[in-house]
Amino acid sequence: MTALLAQHYPVLLVVVPLMTAPLIVLLRRPTLAWLAAMITCVLAFGMAASLLSQVVEHGPISYAIGSWAPPLGIEYRISTINAFVALIVSGMGVFVLPYCRVGIAAEVRSEEHYLFYALMMLCLAGLLGILVTGDAFNLFVFLEISSLSTYVLIAMGRDRRALVASYQYLLMGTVGATLYVVGIGILYLQTGTLNLADMATRLATMGEPRATLAALAFITVGVSLKIALFPLHLWLPNAYAYAPSAVSAFLAATATKVSIYVLMRYFFTIFGVGEVFDVRDTGVVLLALSLAAMFIPAVVAIMQKDLKRLLAYSSVSQIGYITLGISLHSVAGATAAVAHLFNHALTKGGMFLVLGGAVLRCGSSSLDRLAGLGRTMPVASFAFVIGGLSLIGIPGTAGFISKWYLVTAAMEAGQWWLAAAVVLSSLLAVLYVWRFVEVAYFRAPPEDHPPVGEAPLSMLVPALLMIGACVWFGLDASWSGHMAQLAAESMLGAGQ
Amino acid sequence: MSIASHYSYFVTVLLLMVGLFVVIARSNLIKKLIGLGLFQTAVYLLYIAPGKLIGGTAPIVDDAFKVYSNPLPHVLILTAIVVGVATLALGLALVVRIKEAYGTIDEEEVLKVDADDESATDR
Repeated sequence: MTALLAQHYPVLLVVVPLMTAPLIVLLRRPTLAWLAAMITCVLAFGMAASLLSQVVEHGPISYAIGSWAPPLGIEYRISTINAFVALIVSGMGVFVLPYCRVGIAAEVRSEEHYLFYALMMLCLAGLLGILVTGDAFNLFVFLEISSLSTYVLIAMGRDRRALVASYQYLLMGTVGATLYVVGIGILYLQTGTLNLADMATRLATMGEPRATLAALAFITVGVSLKIALFPLHLWLPNAYAYAPSAVSAFLAATATKVSIYVLMRYFFTIFGVGEVFDVRDTGVVLLALSLAAMFIPAVVAIMQKDLKRLLAYSSVSQIGYITLGISLHSVAGATAAVAHLFNHALTKGGMFLVLGGAVLRCGSSSLDRLAGLGRTMPVASFAFVIGGLSLIGIPGTAGFISKWYLVTAAMEAGQWWLAAAVVLSSLLAVLYVWRFVEVAYFRAPPEDHPPVGEAPLSMLVPALLMIGACVWFGLDASWSGHMAQLAAESMLGAGQ
Repeated sequence: MSIASHYSYFVTVLLLMVGLFVVIARSNLIKKLIGLGLFQTAVYLLYIAPGKLIGGTAPIVDDAFKVYSNPLPHVLILTAIVVGVATLALGLALVVRIKEAYGTIDEEEVLKVDADDESATDR
């Protein structure tokens, strides 16, 4: 029975969350809705883990929807990279949902709780769909499913500024997705196929028509809007700052990461490394933007008064490291990118979760309100500082591993000055993490409304587990490093 | 291969640019959404126009017909239209909520209200 089901894991990974969403709307009761969402997340996590182990052992899986053989039928294709990112996404769901029980109660009106869980499931289905599908247009539809649910999730924040943040994200996200559709429209006109693998083989034999360049530009800019690559990141800080805490944590760890996967997929496997990096010099543009992302948003983060916005700007800065890895277009660079994708998801997800507990107790995420947190919420503050160390890249935390890979990859490419840039921008991370340390440990708690102790256990435990995982994968990177290496090789075609 | 025979592409590019301009340049939130709608509609044309063959019929298998239009772009755009409608509906719903919360649908006034709030809490 399970063997029979296991064949259909690629499609069930999307269908199960997609079907849970209407089920939750029918159930209506918050507890039942939560239970259904939780079970779905655990199932998705199990399926993703099983798919990853299958892919690592037996190579890529191709699943023909409705038994219509690709390239005419729609194909779901699982290789190491998407199974790995799917594991991160569904794993984040497993961490965030237990946290939602209490975390969301304080931030979302109680009659909207079941809708919140339904949207969470739609978002999960969309993100997993982007990962498993092997069809360019399908990818756009899943992108819009996840984006539309994300806009609503952000608008559910208590502050009215959440509405404006959501509206701005809707505009920029839709422009990004539409540019992506223009790109695949051009590719479809050229190749006559929407199947990504088929498209790649046909593009390789076509020489270099100018239309390919246009398609490359449209897709790069469209997806970069979703990634929040440096000058296109303007939607992100407000969206993360005013969304409910659980949503910030979930999005920071998953949404941008999935888009980064899409970019890598197009650069490395569809257009091909030669076309993107050797002929078109896209790598130089990406490198320049990555460097700008590593420094400018980090400086902006230092000046923030609100801790959630600070973390959001830090996310933009950290995304720069990932795209820097991509721009090196070597197996080592891609390994660094995938490793940082994983490590940053753990770190930033964990930090947003910890912060959510603090916001619940203090009523705000502004640094003034969080003063003296080291005394009133010692465990959470300590966990937050550990997460901060991982953002900086102190040895013993997950962040160090990915920066180590990145510096090695830069050295391997003969770009020693990039290694210096990575170290320099880490110093900026020290400054913005220090802002929290200074406020939490060297200032007295606000007298009018001091926090009343640690966050509830159901919020604290998932947060601590994520920060713990961050340390675990910092001390023992053999699994995550190995997976990142396999994923990079599967994309760049080396070592097969 | 004359420019006139490719006019649908020029219309597409024009609509794309007009749509994007409206999104960027107007501060009325509803006008922005109209621009967004125009932007998305341009893409429909980009897909549909090349799918049509002059003298081609709908893809019905019959000996009488030899030339068929490509049905796939139409199907894709049907999906894209649904996505566009959903986006527009959500955008308009957000504008209604913004109007309730701020009392205005002008982006600059909304940002001004927020800036005033922020300087009030700083004092």
